[in-house]
Amino acid sequence: MAQLQFRDVTLGYDRHPAVHHLSGDVAEGALLAVIGPNGAGKSTLFRGIVGLLKPLAGSIAAAGLKPREIAYLPQIADIDRTFPISVFDFVSTGLWRSVGIFGGIGAAARDKIAQAIAAVGLTGFEGRGIGTLSGGQMQRLLFARVLLQDARVIVLDEPFNAMDSKTSSDLLRLIEHWHGERRTVLAALHDMDMVRAHFPQTLLLAREAVAWGPTAEVLTTDNLAQARRMCEAFDDAAAPCAPAQSSKAA
Amino acid sequence: MLREVLFAPFSDFEFMRRALAAVIALSLGSGPIGVFLMLRRMSLVGDAMAHAILPGAAIGFLLSGLNLFAMTTGGLVAGFAVALLSGLVSRSTGLKEDASLATFYLASLALGVTIVSVKGTNIDLLHVLFGNILAMDDPTLLMVATNATITLVVLAVIYRPLVVESVDPLFLRTVSRAGAPAHLIFLGLIVVNLVNGFQALGTLLAVGLMILPAGIARFWSRDVTPMICIAVTSAIVSGYVGLVLSFQTRIPSGPAIILVASLLYLGSVLFGRVGGVLPQLFPGRHLEA
Repeated sequence: MAQLQFRDVTLGYDRHPAVHHLSGDVAEGALLAVIGPNGAGKSTLFRGIVGLLKPLAGSIAAAGLKPREIAYLPQIADIDRTFPISVFDFVSTGLWRSVGIFGGIGAAARDKIAQAIAAVGLTGFEGRGIGTLSGGQMQRLLFARVLLQDARVIVLDEPFNAMDSKTSSDLLRLIEHWHGERRTVLAALHDMDMVRAHFPQTLLLAREAVAWGPTAEVLTTDNLAQARRMCEAFDDAAAPCAPAQSSKAA
Repeated sequence: MLREVLFAPFSDFEFMRRALAAVIALSLGSGPIGVFLMLRRMSLVGDAMAHAILPGAAIGFLLSGLNLFAMTTGGLVAGFAVALLSGLVSRSTGLKEDASLATFYLASLALGVTIVSVKGTNIDLLHVLFGNILAMDDPTLLMVATNATITLVVLAVIYRPLVVESVDPLFLRTVSRAGAPAHLIFLGLIVVNLVNGFQALGTLLAVGLMILPAGIARFWSRDVTPMICIAVTSAIVSGYVGLVLSFQTRIPSGPAIILVASLLYLGSVLFGRVGGVLPQLFPGRHLEA
């Protein structure tokens, strides 16, 4: 069953497409790597999936899930790390969907929070302010919150940037654990070895989908070379995209 | 002797008791608002909003003279209009909130001063600019208390989204729609409290009971909740000491209160446990781990 369906979706900014006419399904429980050069539209696609960006055309369906029920780890987090909030309180915001604005956080919830903190190896940091964490610890913290969100679909935008190998492998284990629980996980990545070793499915994006399928079939020299040739710049003089291109061609 | 200085003004004079009640109510509302203003790096936004209230109050003055109720209503309307307009402009365009607010408040302030000086005297202008906490009549006092109560209740309701929006706005947007309303309601609360302070301290100093106590609190705690308590306490202490000072020395009450708060702030900068100057100079030996 398809968990995510892209129906000829175009996402972008100021009418310029960053993801152009993407169609395809992500099966429930899939572990999908989204790769492509910088500016290929990976983050834009993710922002579209979680509802931060409205499609310019086409649609994204999530099999009945609302965009708010999808856990999202952004590439550039907009977190004010000087705000005086503790690691424990910060992670607890992952329970938002179940406790909302007024719900209390009882003993059971506190246990869950402590478990999430333990799962990312931050036990002992509960009372520390988030401003005192290192970059890697901060990323672990964000994973703990995603863990607590308990979402059926998890979207991770370059989660291993600037992480050391220990942190990466710890967090990768968490992703495989989610995969084992039949959650649908999408991750934007640059490390091809990691993609080959851990991600069964791959979408190679270069504004348009260059290839999408089993990782071994996608990561060919030809495909990667084609993706690299993509022109990043918007063309200010570009004409409106003809509607015929994908749907009416048939 | 000490008793005479510290308590007699309040036991002997009703206007002093009213002033003290007003300043306590003000502190309860302004303290927490100030803490959030500071944590969201909006301290000067509070200042700008205080000026934005002026034309509304001035129109109230124009219509019915030095009538506190009319001036307050006018101030509320003007403040909400500016808060909403600048909030909407910054949310719907790329303009940052500070820039959008600056444009609105400058226009407001110019308009306000023009209106007051066309109609009133210099004394009126002084009253509007610096307030008079020693002239609290019943309706005004009641209104100050009501506004403080509203502030505390509403803040309790929007507390969680407000905190999360301050730390991680992007996350809040992906899990909830409460961010924008919480933001706008918070702007509204700023206005309510500025109008409150306006009666007592005037447009120029009203923001003082928000920003200075929050600044003091930042030097004594690393957590929001204690910060709020410290801010409220130091605001009340400043209010009380300021009133006593003003009674004994004839320094105008508004400036006296803010001066006392400034002294507390100076002390906190020097001695504050969290990042104060002296603790930084003499931090003690480093720890093992």
